[in-house]
Order: sequence, then structure tokens, then C-alpha cells
Amino acid sequence: MGSVLLTSLTSPLVIAKGFFQSGPDFIAEVFQQQPNAKVLWLTDDIRENAKVILGRPVKGLRVRYHQFDLTTAWILEEIGKEMPITIGVVVTDNEIARVKILAYRESRGGEVRYSAYTKQYLGAALTDNNRLDQSIDGITGATLSVWAVNKVAALALYYHAQVTQSRDST
Amino acid sequence: MNKKLLALVIGLNLSAAAQAETPSLEKMWQLIQDQQQEIAELKGQLQETDIKTEATISAVERFSATPTASKKTTFGGYGEVHYNNLEKDDSSSTKDAIDFHRFVMFTGHQFTDSIRFFSELEVEHSLSGNGHPGEVELEQAYIEWDATENLTAKAGLFLMPIGVINETHEPNTFYGTERNNVEKNIIPATWWEAGAAINGEITEGLSYDLAAHSGLYIPEGKHKPRDGRQKVAQAKADDMAFTGRIKYTAIPGLEIAASFQHQSDVRQGEGVAIDGTLFEAHVAWIRDNFQLRALYAQWDFDDAINTTKMGADEQTGMYIEPSFKLNEKLGLFARYSAWDNTAASNTDSEITQLDVGINYWLHPNVVFKFDYQNQDAPGEKGYDGVNLGLGYSF
Repeated sequence: MGSVLLTSLTSPLVIAKGFFQSGPDFIAEVFQQQPNAKVLWLTDDIRENAKVILGRPVKGLRVRYHQFDLTTAWILEEIGKEMPITIGVVVTDNEIARVKILAYRESRGGEVRYSAYTKQYLGAALTDNNRLDQSIDGITGATLSVWAVNKVAALALYYHAQVTQSRDST
Repeated sequence: MNKKLLALVIGLNLSAAAQAETPSLEKMWQLIQDQQQEIAELKGQLQETDIKTEATISAVERFSATPTASKKTTFGGYGEVHYNNLEKDDSSSTKDAIDFHRFVMFTGHQFTDSIRFFSELEVEHSLSGNGHPGEVELEQAYIEWDATENLTAKAGLFLMPIGVINETHEPNTFYGTERNNVEKNIIPATWWEAGAAINGEITEGLSYDLAAHSGLYIPEGKHKPRDGRQKVAQAKADDMAFTGRIKYTAIPGLEIAASFQHQSDVRQGEGVAIDGTLFEAHVAWIRDNFQLRALYAQWDFDDAINTTKMGADEQTGMYIEPSFKLNEKLGLFARYSAWDNTAASNTDSEITQLDVGINYWLHPNVVFKFDYQNQDAPGEKGYDGVNLGLGYSF
């Protein structure tokens, strides 16, 4: 099941059960100073690596993100079992500084949004083969949601590396 | 000679430039004004081009994205094919069979952000109908509604919130070719009923489920809970049942849960009323590559059930299953199970089973399984042998 990875940061999410924070609020919370809104164009090379990380082709032509100094913030979506999970990932200097579940729409497995769970990603970096270098303890009965968060965390690290290694974007 | 020629050409050019008329300040100002206007027009055109490009890219992205309708309606499924090569301890019979045990399709639909439908339709044993071993079963079909931020309600046909594998049983999520016998024979998984339920969160990591639903119908002559599953097929509804569960998941990787169910008459009004109460508790712990699952379940029925089968008023089971993933693809497990559907009898009626085996995940959602089982049952009725499986989910 594919999903669209490009989520508008300008359209606020409706706060209801399963919707925990809007994109703009997440960005405002992450950055003390006004960050630059940027776009990463998905070149063939980036697509190929993103496909390996996600286990499926990435859709869309570009990914929006925000940057200030060496910190980038990404809002990405990935399907757990059936419905997309909206995940905010902050990367500083190639290490994860924050993971937050902004929206969770599945019937079961919502434990991935707990701060005790998302804290496991702090400091995680990418290995040479684009995997997380830290072990993440899963959740019984929510394997697919855990995989989805793992994949998005790795993808955000990869995208961060692309935009901070002079593959510049506008 | 060449140098002289070059000097002559430069000299002529300089002389011509000096003779050209220098524009006046007014003319210069006019030129600047004209250029400014041109720049402004070009900027406007550039802005317009940006807007058009943005609109085009957005349209392309929308078209290349999953269509809205299919984002609201989802499909999935799982399946598992098994090969069993087993022999009874007293060598009186064997089980040498290959079976497409389960072929399941999921369909879901999101009506709004807070209202959704989910269903699971299953074909068991490949072929159903008179004289065939299989069944077509509707295992889930319910409407779920997020009533408040911390409370979800559902109504319809749903899985009982009991045990480890009753609600999550895709083959790539558990070890062993066959599902464990404790949850199968005591709880009995897979178990679904029709009714209404709520799921709430007391605090982060502590949740509860409460459900009122159709109950078991264990007819005269039968005593096992598994014999009482009506599968919501024109089911007797003389007596309802009530289920509750409390679950703790605040620590990553750890799940501790306990379920309780009560039904005042599992005979559904036929003959002497027999009430039944189920208690189940389990822990599931994942730490790095290590996983441990342990479960205990116990049914207590009215003594009247003993007229059908002595000792059936208490039916118990437990298993413990440590496992270890050597890497992302390969995992080893061992499981010790013990269950007894006549636990209150004076005679030894407990069945025990030791399983050891491997899961090999070709893909996170595709798994090959191989395990050896050693089952001990009174009267040399246990089955020993090997099981092979292939499972998938999507």
C-alpha cells in the first residue's frame, strides 16, 4: 500500500482523536527562530535510496521541509496497517533530535505516539546502508506501526543528509 | 609586424569611440527608467511562471498520488499454507497433510476522520461447502467511532479483546506454523462475537475495553469453549456475555494485559443454566532481539457442566514462549504449552506441548516457518512431528 509522502505544512490538521498536533504548530514548537521553508526535489538518485528505505517507491516530485542552521524538520506520512500515520521528525547534524506522531488513524497500535516510545529515536543516525543505528523496542500487536515510524525516521535522516551535503534546494 | 598591425587596429577603434556622441543625463535617466520597467515586467512574468509551475507540479503530484477514493477505502489480507507431518504417540494414526489453512481479505472504509468500517472475510481450508473441510467466515465487520479524544466505540462483529493472538494473528507476527494450542483450546481463539464495545485510555499507556456481546452456546453433550463458538451465524442470543480488558503499555516493548468475561448461561436457555467466567492474563515483552510471551487463561463453569464431562467446570491453560531474532530475517523460538479442558477432574487430563523452530522472514510481511512439536497427552494421544508454513500479509 503506497502513501503520499508530501504533506502540506500550511494546512492545519483538525484536532480530534488521532490528531495530536498540526504541521504549523509542530514547526513553530521546534524552531525558536523563524526557519526557512524549503523544498527537496526528488531526483532519481534520491528516489532510488528512498525506495530502499521505505520498501516501496516514493511518490511526489518533492518534499517540503524547514531548516534553521543544521536543524531540519520533516513532516512525512507512512501507512501502518491501513491508514497513514503523520510523523514529525527533527534532525540536527545527522542525528534525530525529535520524533512526534502528529496524527494516528489506525484502530490499534496507537502506543507509537507515547513519548516513552518516541524517545527511543533520540540520537539515532543512519548506518551506511541507510538503516537506523539504534535498536527500537517494538510494540506487541503494532508491528506495522513500529515499522512505519522506523522507516520515516530513517527517511528523514537520509533527506537531511541530502540537503545538508550541498545538494542544495530552494 | 603583427604587433604593429594590432596597435593600428586598437588606435582606430579608440578614435571612433571618442567620436561617438555621449548621451545626455536626461537620456541616461530615460534609459534607466526603460530598463527598470523592463525588469519589473520580467519579474512579473517570472512570478507568473512560478505560480504556473507550482500549480502544474501540484496537479502532477495530486494525479500521481493515490486517488482520494482509494485512500478512504483500504484493502489488505493475509494467508497461510501449512504442511503437517505428525504421528500419534501410540502410532495409531498420522496426520500428513498440506492445507491452505487461511485466506483472508480485509476491507476498510474511512467515512470521516472519526468514523470507520473494518471487515475481515476468511476462507478456511481452501474449499467450503457440503462434504468439504473448509468454511467461509466473516470474522470482523464493525463500525468504529471516535466518540471523544480518549474514547472509541464500536458496534458490529468484532474480535474479543482477549489474549495475544486473538486480535493480531497475521502469520508474520507470531512464531510457529500453527497458532498456539492454549489460546485455541481455552480462550478460544480466534473468537469473534457481535455487539458493542468501548475502548478508552485512562492515561498514557493504560487503556481499557468493555464489551457487551453475543455469547457462547455450548450445547448439551459438549463442554469445551471452542465448541461453543457460534460465529454470529444465526446465533442464539438468549444469553449475552460481557467482556472487559485492562492493558498496560507505558513502557516501550512491554504489554501486560488482563481480560475477564462472564456469561450467565452458556447453554443459552437449554436445560440447566451453566454460567461461565473466563480470566486471562498475559505479558509480552520485546527487548532488542529478544521477545518473551507468556499467557495464562482459565474458565470456570458451573458444576452442572460436569454432568457432560467430569472436571470440565475448570479449564485452564498456560504457555511461555521465548524467542530470539538472530538478524532481521531469522528468528528462533521455543514454546512450552499446557492446557486442560477437564482440569477439575481427578484423573490426569492435561496436555503439554513443546515446540521449537524458526521463522525466516523473506520480507517483513512474508514468512517461512519450520518447527518441531512434541505433544504429550494422557493415553499416548499426543502428536509429534514437524510443521512447515508459509505466511504473508499486506
